[in-house]
Amino acid sequence: MDNWTFGITMLVCGMGGTILTLWIMSLVMALLGKLFPEKPEKKEA
Amino acid sequence: MTEAIINGLSGLTVGFQMLAVDWRNLIMLIVGFVLLYLGIRKDCEPLLLVPIGFGCILVNIPLSDVMSQEGFIRVIYEAGIATELFPLLIFIGIGAMTDFGPVLAQPSTFLLGAAGQFGIFLTLLLALALGFPQLDAVSIGIIGACDGPTAIYVTSKFAPHLLGAVSVAAYSYMSLVPIIQPPIMRFMTTKKERETVMKAVAKPVSKTTKLLFPLVITILGGLIAPKGLPLLGTIMLGNLMRESGVVSRLTKASENEIANVVTLFLGLSIGATMVGSAFVRAETLIILCLGFVAICLDTVCGVGFGKIMRVVTGGKVNPLIGAAGISAFPMAARVVQKEGQKWNKKSYLLMHAMGANAGGQIGSVVAAAVMLSVLAGMGIIR
Repeated sequence: MDNWTFGITMLVCGMGGTILTLWIMSLVMALLGKLFPEKPEKKEA
Repeated sequence: MTEAIINGLSGLTVGFQMLAVDWRNLIMLIVGFVLLYLGIRKDCEPLLLVPIGFGCILVNIPLSDVMSQEGFIRVIYEAGIATELFPLLIFIGIGAMTDFGPVLAQPSTFLLGAAGQFGIFLTLLLALALGFPQLDAVSIGIIGACDGPTAIYVTSKFAPHLLGAVSVAAYSYMSLVPIIQPPIMRFMTTKKERETVMKAVAKPVSKTTKLLFPLVITILGGLIAPKGLPLLGTIMLGNLMRESGVVSRLTKASENEIANVVTLFLGLSIGATMVGSAFVRAETLIILCLGFVAICLDTVCGVGFGKIMRVVTGGKVNPLIGAAGISAFPMAARVVQKEGQKWNKKSYLLMHAMGANAGGQIGSVVAAAVMLSVLAGMGIIR
């Protein structure tokens, strides 16, 4: 594989893959935040 | 008898003779001193630069056998660098030390962590354009991760002959982040943008979310980029131990004893790869320059993405926080806070920048993992 093809493939797949992965992770973490919100501590009687 | 004495004495001077024969060793001894000076006097990443500098001096003393087949540093190198074990052990410590709370409070800052990795791939292209072989270019590009253990892991795998130059570049530029980033941040933004006050992040994160985070990231990241699972898995293991709170002995050992011992061995072994004959070359200078370019490009792309987020959110985001999307944690976040305060005393960007910075920490590992998996997919590595 020539250097040009290699470089552009790495840029597109590598950077695209990184952004996509982190975007999915951000969505999943936002979902987890909604599913398991911080509950205020119960006041002791 | 006289001849025997002369021969015996000549054995004591052969080191000096060899030093005169190969001037590159002399240059590397000076480089070793410079690294020690930066670490001891200038406080630039001393934990790494001091053992690296000393390792460099040890290996460049003529006839030194510390890196020969049975040399003591060779034994350490083979045990921890050649096997890629040391960077992974460091990652457990990093995971145990890092609070990912700020990025969990604002998951969108993960994207700033992604933007801060652009420099890796753009520098890879530059290295290819300058004629470096493909896997060497990958190792040079990874300096842009601004993450020492990741750079060492990737380089020791694909271009061990570049390990010294890449590691020194990665750690030196990480420590120079407060000098490198501010001028770029100012150049990339308008006064109005820099003065933007962001709302305080007050969203608390539940214990369950903090516990699930390392597990979800490991499984998700492992499925997308299995080749980088050791990197992602170790940092998340450290974080799981921290957040679980039930293995405090292991957590403390990971962030103290294990990390300290491994850092010493790692630094010494890397320094010992900096032999004059292999290091004093034009190629090394080019790698150091490309590393600098990589970190500049990370900052440019991070701030550029911050500007996009500002437009998308209708002016609520201060683009300076994009500069914290690199992995130098928490230094980059502090730089953003300081720069923001310089332009507006009412601006408190630290928590937002910490989110981007923690995102950058994950981002650099994900970028390396994706890179390895893309290389495997292309059939370039197994």
